[in-house]
Amino acid sequence: MDFLGINIPTYGWETILGSAISGVFLGSIYALVALGLTLIYGVLHIINFAHGALLMLAMYAVFYLWQYLGIDPYLAMFIVVPGGFLFGYGLQRTVIGKASHGKDEIILLVTLGVSIIIENAALFFFSATERSVRVPYDLDGIDLGVTYVVYPELAALGGSLLVTLGLWLFMTRTDTGKAIRAVAKERQGARLVGINVDHIFAVTFGIGVACVAVAASLLVPTYAVHPQVGYLFVLIAFTVVVLGGMGSFVGALVGGFLIGITEQLGRLYLGESLGVITISVIFILVLLFRPTGLFGQKSG
Amino acid sequence: MSDRTRLIGWAGLLALLAIAPVFITSGRWIDFLEITLFVAVLGQGWNILGGYGGQYSFGHAVFFGTGAYIQALFQFKFGWSPWITMWFAVSLTALVASFVGYLSFRYGLRGSYFALITLAFAEALHVLSRSFDSITEGGRGVQLALNQDPGLAIATFQFNFAGPFLKAYGFYYTIFIILILAYGVTWWMERSRFGAQLVAVRENEEAAQALGINAFRVKMGAICLSAAISASAGVYYVQKYLFIEPGIAYGPAKSVEALFAPIIGGLGTVLGPLLGSFFIHGVGEITKEMIGHVFGDRPGVDLIMFGVILVLVLAFLPRGLVGLLETLWKRITGGRDA
Repeated sequence: MDFLGINIPTYGWETILGSAISGVFLGSIYALVALGLTLIYGVLHIINFAHGALLMLAMYAVFYLWQYLGIDPYLAMFIVVPGGFLFGYGLQRTVIGKASHGKDEIILLVTLGVSIIIENAALFFFSATERSVRVPYDLDGIDLGVTYVVYPELAALGGSLLVTLGLWLFMTRTDTGKAIRAVAKERQGARLVGINVDHIFAVTFGIGVACVAVAASLLVPTYAVHPQVGYLFVLIAFTVVVLGGMGSFVGALVGGFLIGITEQLGRLYLGESLGVITISVIFILVLLFRPTGLFGQKSG
Repeated sequence: MSDRTRLIGWAGLLALLAIAPVFITSGRWIDFLEITLFVAVLGQGWNILGGYGGQYSFGHAVFFGTGAYIQALFQFKFGWSPWITMWFAVSLTALVASFVGYLSFRYGLRGSYFALITLAFAEALHVLSRSFDSITEGGRGVQLALNQDPGLAIATFQFNFAGPFLKAYGFYYTIFIILILAYGVTWWMERSRFGAQLVAVRENEEAAQALGINAFRVKMGAICLSAAISASAGVYYVQKYLFIEPGIAYGPAKSVEALFAPIIGGLGTVLGPLLGSFFIHGVGEITKEMIGHVFGDRPGVDLIMFGVILVLVLAFLPRGLVGLLETLWKRITGGRDA
């Protein structure tokens, strides 16, 4: 088939299935990045534009821990996740909460400003060079017949499922989780029953950044780090969050898988360059026709 | 401040910009002024939709890039004169804007959702322009042929081989004239019925509609006008650099540049984008100079400052630098001319 000079090939089912399976693994990374974003949106109603920049920063942290201290990227999680939480807590408390005056668009601009500062600070200090970690096991894996899966991809899939489960348990079983849900539902009421809303906001933002740090640890074995890497993910993460329904964890997980599969099939049929257009197209269509997403309740 | 005081101020400011080249002999400072005016035009395009209309676009590169690509491709493919292609660049970009606007506003996207969909359109066009080699020359970009005949400098709208005056100042005055047109239109719009309706829609869309304002049509007008101004910045860019590629046209840099100037300068004011552009580029140059002495020439410094200024202005100056100036003016005149 030929479409506007672009040759659309036909494939056997093995190739298509293989592509879809690698899409699931890719999607689990997207889901991980989107989980923090959807949590922050669900509670603070902030579309955190700095999310990608924070991911990039966490990836650099993992990289440098490996390079200078020889810490394995997966073990680095025990350092970058608490670090990410504290960074996010502080960022919300000192900058985002203070500068945004509670207006949606202003918050969006403040997080944009923060992302520009972080991205260019990374460019300034770390330069534009791509850096990647070499771990001894990054090419080992399992042969599924239709495709070959490396262990880092399996770790990302397992990680995304565990983080979703962990977030769900945290939100339903702990007091802090209940307080977060109370604040998300009814800010004023939560304040009246004695919940420290500013503290809960910052805790939520911190958890969101901690999720990003988990994603960074799981990403670094397969992805090169450079100052622009966050921007690649941020648009995809927004798409996943909007598709899944803003504020929904299950939505972020399912949305991540759907986007991952669509992207891989898009690449297979439309080529490496044009293939990623599927993401923008899905984004536009969902925003127009179903802004509440697949699992969302509130309308925008 | 009365309209008369404002007009006198504007006349003085524009006269200053018009004769600036007389006092500046260093090419570096002409470049600085050119970039500042270019961002001021880009910013005014954003300001019409974002500042006056309250619709914050995060993907204004859609309009800059489309204008630039049309200007480049119509010359490259059809060999048309740049003086003809520029009208197509501006009007066809307005057409693209009416498509983006129709979808977004018909389906009621507001606030953050509008910001996200414009971002998605920019990314979609980024991918498309990179992928369709046969139409846009793909990722290589469009390179226009350099004219080396001084006699054809004006006809080809290329000043690289023109006489000494045009060679040095041709593009400065090009962007200066575009700026006067764009700011003149904004000045007129602010005082027109349409401008009043646009501000009413920004302040409260439901209330405006209850008063009989067709909010959809007003927003459509704003996005088309906004896009036309952004496209004219694209026309200047292509003539100056004779080159456009997907990353420059539709990448995030231009979208971000477009919103910095008006937000820092003052949303919904004619002067805001110009003031904002001068301020950030001034601070950017000074920081680059200072940091350069310590760390050498590294990229990123000026943009770190832009980000810091943006966050500070959002936190402390909701009406931007123009708001600050107005407060000072009131203090000086004791509120008599307020």
